[in-house]
Amino acid sequence: MDLSFTPEEQAFREEVRRFLEQRLPASLRRHVLEGLHAPAADTVEWQRLLHRQGWGGPSWPTEHGGTGWDPVRQYIFEEECAAAGAPRLLPFGLKMVGPVIMRFGNEAQRRRFLPRILSGEDWWCQGYSEPEAGSDLASLRTRADRQGDHYLVNGQKTWITLAQHADWIFCLVRTDHAARPQAGISFLLIDMKTPGVTVRPIVMLDGGHEINEVWFEDVAVPVENLVGEENKGWTYAKFLLGHERANIAGIGSSKRELERLKRIAAAELKHGRSLAEDPFFAARLAQVEIDLMALEITNLRVLSAEAEQRTPGPEASLLKIKGSEIQQALAELMMQAVGPYALPFRVEALDGGFQGEPVGPAHAAPLAATYCNLRKTTIYGGSNEIQKNIIAQLILGL
Amino acid sequence: MHFNLTEEQRALADTVQRFLAQQYGFEARRKILRSPEGWSREIWGKLAELGLLGLQVPPEHGGMAPAAIETMLTLEAMGRALLVEPYLASAVLGSALVGALGSPAQREALLPAMAEGRRIVVPAHGEAGARHDLSRVATVARRGGAGWVLSGRKAVVVHAPAADLLLVSARTSGAVDDQQGISVFAVPPGSPGVRLIPYPLIDGQRGADVVLTEVSLPADALLGAEGAALTALEAAWDLGVAALCAEAVGVLQATLDATTEYTRTRKQFGGPIARFQALQHRMADMLMSVEQARSMSYLAAMVATSDDLRERRRKLSAAKVVVGQACRFVGQQAVQLHGGMGVTDELAVSHGFKRLMAIEASLGDTEHHLERFITESR
Ligand SMILES: Cc1cc2nc3c(=O)[nH]c(=O)nc-3n(C[C@H](O)[C@H](O)[C@H](O)COP(=O)(O)OP(=O)(O)OC[C@H]3O[C@@H](n4cnc5c(N)ncnc54)[C@H](O)[C@@H]3O)c2cc1C
Repeated sequence: MDLSFTPEEQAFREEVRRFLEQRLPASLRRHVLEGLHAPAADTVEWQRLLHRQGWGGPSWPTEHGGTGWDPVRQYIFEEECAAAGAPRLLPFGLKMVGPVIMRFGNEAQRRRFLPRILSGEDWWCQGYSEPEAGSDLASLRTRADRQGDHYLVNGQKTWITLAQHADWIFCLVRTDHAARPQAGISFLLIDMKTPGVTVRPIVMLDGGHEINEVWFEDVAVPVENLVGEENKGWTYAKFLLGHERANIAGIGSSKRELERLKRIAAAELKHGRSLAEDPFFAARLAQVEIDLMALEITNLRVLSAEAEQRTPGPEASLLKIKGSEIQQALAELMMQAVGPYALPFRVEALDGGFQGEPVGPAHAAPLAATYCNLRKTTIYGGSNEIQKNIIAQLILGL
Repeated sequence: MHFNLTEEQRALADTVQRFLAQQYGFEARRKILRSPEGWSREIWGKLAELGLLGLQVPPEHGGMAPAAIETMLTLEAMGRALLVEPYLASAVLGSALVGALGSPAQREALLPAMAEGRRIVVPAHGEAGARHDLSRVATVARRGGAGWVLSGRKAVVVHAPAADLLLVSARTSGAVDDQQGISVFAVPPGSPGVRLIPYPLIDGQRGADVVLTEVSLPADALLGAEGAALTALEAAWDLGVAALCAEAVGVLQATLDATTEYTRTRKQFGGPIARFQALQHRMADMLMSVEQARSMSYLAAMVATSDDLRERRRKLSAAKVVVGQACRFVGQQAVQLHGGMGVTDELAVSHGFKRLMAIEASLGDTEHHLERFITESR
């Protein structure tokens, strides 16, 4: 056993760091490091910059235009990007539909869709959940009925992240109503500009707009947009969910947020002294830092298993649960660190260009909203309760 | 020993609950929140008619103080309805401070008008560097002309934009954290040199920073003896803690009820999600948390005005710790058990969650009260 990175891996880390220093624009960096709302344009700009460097697909194999990095390099890359304040890359194309198309799509689909994900030309969103199909995804009802050379899609998806910016949505739809729930589902790619597609915003508890309802009314989707075989969509979806969970631990961004928490604590006062020196606060901060340290090692264990070609197993559930809890704990501590100044809630102050009169320290402005917003992390991507069911059933065999 | 209410107390609780159930539903409240002022004068008038604005006002000024249990019952009902009007700010903290510090003339000028709903009087005490320390006051008042001149900045004054009168604490002597040397002044918000920077708070209520630049006040703007206001401020804040605990219990119960109801009706995997034992146990934990908070809100109401300072501080801080922890746990789990619906603005649950957040952070957060409990137990 050896927990240190090899000289090659360290050299790689240096290379990434240099790139970030030179090429990551300060405006993008600032939105992330200060916890402000990053506009959609930041995400696209960053994807394009990476693409120009040849790094548009950090987790993709070279045959599809990716970097071909092994899991450890991917991890180093993500960690450095997060630390530098790079916008989060959209997972929907790179980590979800991309790998599904590579594995189960046909050659035409690969040529048509994959390059546009790498270049940032296409913004994808994920159309799985429905009002009556959340944790119980297999009960989904959006239907696609074959009519000659196309499917006619009708139904409603909900909670769709950033669908308001999306060019494409990948959907689970029901193509066989007689089969048992999992057996009648297909994986369909739908152009958001097709007539009959409607996006309606859902206002979240922090006042933000990042999720949407997506409605389909007699939407004609060419049969060539079916991925793999009809009625095999559940298999592809399960393949994809494994990927989604493995990347949900967010170690890199939690490390960055831990540093932000430390900066805030050093700047805040309690009884006239730095909050960082307060034993109550220091103990709670240390606890989160320690939890994160343990999770990082667990994450590396899972990665090295992956590097040895063992497929990501149900351990991903552990990463998801602990990762989301740590994200929430950090947000909670940051909010508590600023005392009464956590309460003012000025949505406009969360945009990078805010020119109004500040109240309280600038670092306090986004904290309550972030705390509220991050309640989502234990709900989405398979809720933490569902993840525990998976651990109980698949790891413990109960 | 008993936990029974009198006939009158039960009737009061019924009246308040019925009034709020009829006039302060979720949609009515949403409309109020979206109005320019963010609270309703009409509702305020009705609270006055019901006698609720006089619960901290002595009978000789038109109120019914002391009324610890009535206050508790009222705030619990208000918590259930997520009331956003400046009740805690003016009818509890403001009235208590005027009652404790005001001269007979000042009391007569303010308290009846407050009880009748004609004037809203809001303390402006907290400051940026103070966090939750009551004695840390950097705003200064010096003698000038025939009266006083105030300069400084008050932070996150809840409901300052609604105030007809601010009760501003300022240092008339001593170092920034001295116990002695803090005085309270009546400051009309329209006075030259007073500037409010208003904003909504996370729970939808309104607040402001109050910037004071060489504000000239007459001699009789001072409430109480010069430099000796800390005791009264602390007493008012302690009364406020008891009130907040009671309000929290109302929000907590409503939030728990909404969650059990939701899990009974929400169906996944072929039946209601309430049948999953993982969720049943979670809700059992939530119930225990609410009941412990309720017990402590009773204790808080009973000791809120006690003369035994040490006991008062210990027990109120203990109550705020138990309640604060319940606010966090129950609030978070209620959202969690609602799944995606929990993080939308659409259901009451997220509004309750945010009010619980604000309650935990107000009048001393959990950590502050844990620390005060330790200090007072030594
Ligand atoms: C911010 C956000 C973004 C999202 N983005 C997307 C997206 O882009 N695309 C997409 O398709 N979906 C998205 N989702 C949907 C997400 O995947 C679902 O919210 C999630 O699967 C839970 O489903 P639900 O909301 O219907 O809750 P429910 O399934 O109704 O669950 C409610 C509660 O019951 C619990 N529960 C359910 N079943 C069990 C069980 N068997 N045992 C124990 N407890 C159980 C849950 O854990 C939860 O606490 C998003 C959700 C959120 C909040």
